[in-house]
Amino acid sequence: MTQSVIVQVGQCGNQVGCRFWDLALREHAHVNKKGQYDEALSSFFRNVDPRRSDGGSCCVGGRIQHLKARAVLIDMEEGVVNGILQGALREVFDSAQFLTDVSGSGNNWAVGNLTYGSAYKELIVDKLRKAAEHCDCLQCFFLIHSMGGGTGSGLGTRVLSLLEEEFPDVCRIVTAMYPSAEDDVITSPYNSVLAMRELTEHADCVLPVENQSLVNIVNKISLMSHGTKPGSVLRKDSAVTSGQGSLSPTEKPFDAMNNIVANLLLNITSSARFEGSLNMDLNEIAMNLVPFPRLHYLVPSLTPLYTLADVNIPTRRLDQMFSDAFSKDHQLIQADPKHSLYLACALMVRGNVQVSDLRRNIERQLRSFNIFLLLSFQAHLHHYLHVDGMDQSIFSESLSSLNALIDEYHHLDATKARLLPDAPRLSIAR
Amino acid sequence: MSVVTVQLGQCGNQVGQQLCDVMWSDAQHAEGKTYSSVSCERFFRRTSQGDFEARAVLIDMEPKVIKHSMNKAEKCGRWRYGETSHFSQKQGSGNNWANGYSVHGPRHRDALEELVRREVEHCDMLAGFLPVMSVAGGTGSGVGTFVTQCLRDAYPSSFVLNHLTWPYGTGEVIVQNYNSVLTLAHLYQLSDAILVHENDTVHRICSQLLKIKQISFNDINRVIAHQLGGVLQPTLTPDSCGTYSRHPVGIDWQVRPPPASAGRTGSLAAGSFNTSLANLLILRGKDVYSAETGAFEDSAIYTSWLPPEEAFSLWKSPVPFNKYEKSATLVSNSQALLRPLDDMVRKAWNMFASRAYIHQYDKFGISEEDFLDSFTSLEQVIASYSQL
Repeated sequence: MTQSVIVQVGQCGNQVGCRFWDLALREHAHVNKKGQYDEALSSFFRNVDPRRSDGGSCCVGGRIQHLKARAVLIDMEEGVVNGILQGALREVFDSAQFLTDVSGSGNNWAVGNLTYGSAYKELIVDKLRKAAEHCDCLQCFFLIHSMGGGTGSGLGTRVLSLLEEEFPDVCRIVTAMYPSAEDDVITSPYNSVLAMRELTEHADCVLPVENQSLVNIVNKISLMSHGTKPGSVLRKDSAVTSGQGSLSPTEKPFDAMNNIVANLLLNITSSARFEGSLNMDLNEIAMNLVPFPRLHYLVPSLTPLYTLADVNIPTRRLDQMFSDAFSKDHQLIQADPKHSLYLACALMVRGNVQVSDLRRNIERQLRSFNIFLLLSFQAHLHHYLHVDGMDQSIFSESLSSLNALIDEYHHLDATKARLLPDAPRLSIAR
Repeated sequence: MSVVTVQLGQCGNQVGQQLCDVMWSDAQHAEGKTYSSVSCERFFRRTSQGDFEARAVLIDMEPKVIKHSMNKAEKCGRWRYGETSHFSQKQGSGNNWANGYSVHGPRHRDALEELVRREVEHCDMLAGFLPVMSVAGGTGSGVGTFVTQCLRDAYPSSFVLNHLTWPYGTGEVIVQNYNSVLTLAHLYQLSDAILVHENDTVHRICSQLLKIKQISFNDINRVIAHQLGGVLQPTLTPDSCGTYSRHPVGIDWQVRPPPASAGRTGSLAAGSFNTSLANLLILRGKDVYSAETGAFEDSAIYTSWLPPEEAFSLWKSPVPFNKYEKSATLVSNSQALLRPLDDMVRKAWNMFASRAYIHQYDKFGISEEDFLDSFTSLEQVIASYSQL
């Protein structure tokens, strides 16, 4: 069994990260009735015996003593991290796993990536190493961050390139939150473009998530839970809410949205954690879904959504669920699958489903995949150019990288219009 | 004579476990005592405490499936795997043939050979090996091919009969056609014979013949195990003089290549008859000695350069197999596999035309050249079979 380490950077990254840890603990608690520290738990948690003087972790097989998340938490402001240290999850992290500063990155990618990136390089590598050393067989780093701000975007991508430098053989999967069109951070397009170049160069695969999609999904769930039969209640411990209460106005506005992303991560890693009849490991995801090295942006989509609200709606037919998986309403980015080309697709199924059900549904026509386009504009450039190490060329290189990527996807997309004949086969001398 | 089963990867270990189960059931409940003891000896050995242990080694690059198979065997309480008869690592092959063949295989060569050697030492007389694997994934296909090569090198005079499971045509793994092409091209040089089961075909058996509503991999594997059992269990042959002395995995069809003058040009055109190189019919149970098998000796179904009496073999056993009153198994070396093989090569070639995923193999040492060699090799096989 392998282990993975979550690296959460910036405000958004840490908020989503914490939702993930909350859900993961609940999920394991649900299955692990005997309180045993098993292989599944060890993939994301260490088991620490507080009585041991060396603070070392226990091996798989014994009783659960004290679970610690395999995580590194980084933020250049203290607000979110302080919240974690005082919240329900405080026992799950060691103070040594945190890296913080006070002034923030001012929504400036260059400050995050270059200023803080240089200042904290050694400390970051140190904390990553410690997390890796606690792993028997480290398979994957998950980076969680947003693209539109300064810390998550700038420092987050610097962490990504450090991960490639220090641990070249370990898979790097990035969950990147992209800003929506109405984002209130005016420099978010710049930050996103600059960060995207880094993701293209240094990530093995990227799961882009768009805020607008999350908003739409949350609204949909809300409608489902309020619009159905009287008496249907949102369960207190459902996956859309935090551990404390129901989906009420007093909850922080992003909690429900972050829960969706956390669920995504939980589901993707489930096959690596639990056993099934046809397992799919994380490195298999990367292998099967990345046909060309730079084209590693994956569109995630989740179905069914209503279970996130745990509402008692009669079980929908499996077939409907499969159609939903390919519907744009269930995707976590704003893209219309019906008008572009799928390069590759992976269906990960959890629960009581048989091979024959899968077969029946897969034998349908696959349709499309689209990539989203990002617009940039010229204002606010000077804020970036003032940062030590930042150069105008970094902007143009990032734009070129993005344009090249768009071209590569478009090139493949264009082939969908022509029904490609089979490639001429090798002819053998008889 | 004993057979050492080598279970490789997830599929190999799941199918292998079912196979051992079927063999054991059949051996234990058989009506003939000789049949029973020969069959037991073939696939199992007895420990000092009298327990039955399978003559099998379990190999996988991640531990979950082996653990599951060993537990399942243990739980049934009738037979089990040897406690040290397995080898696993912590991280799988990522559905990547190159990772299996060029990285995991060589890295663990010594341990794997040692594992096999220990099992072989338990055999009074080794008939050969039965590697069981899929062709679609990374470990079964990649490590499986590497291990087959090791077996060949270490035991040059033993038979190696590979059992392969082909994936569903609509795909379980996106790069399955690449993995399959690489496996088949290599095994072609290494193996004595390759027995194939296709998931699609077995699935149809489950739904149309067995009328199973919700088909699981367990059902699929059970069918495969039954068919394999029908082939591998003891039989009598015309020259075995009433004993089960037939070599369990030996193939002695007198198959010769066509003489230069046989200039038939074949094609995959629809309606062309499925021509056989050789057929093996195995009958078990009641009335085997009075069964009418003349149709199998019709020269029309064979190639022109092989007389039917050399191309057709008939084995019998009066002992019913797995409680079926009568059962028959047909193993055919014919053009039946041409269409599936051609489809697989076509899909792989189309993917290769855009060089999609090639970088994933290249980083582990399998280059475009290696792919081209494999494609060439399989096109040759397709051409040869087409011309039967």
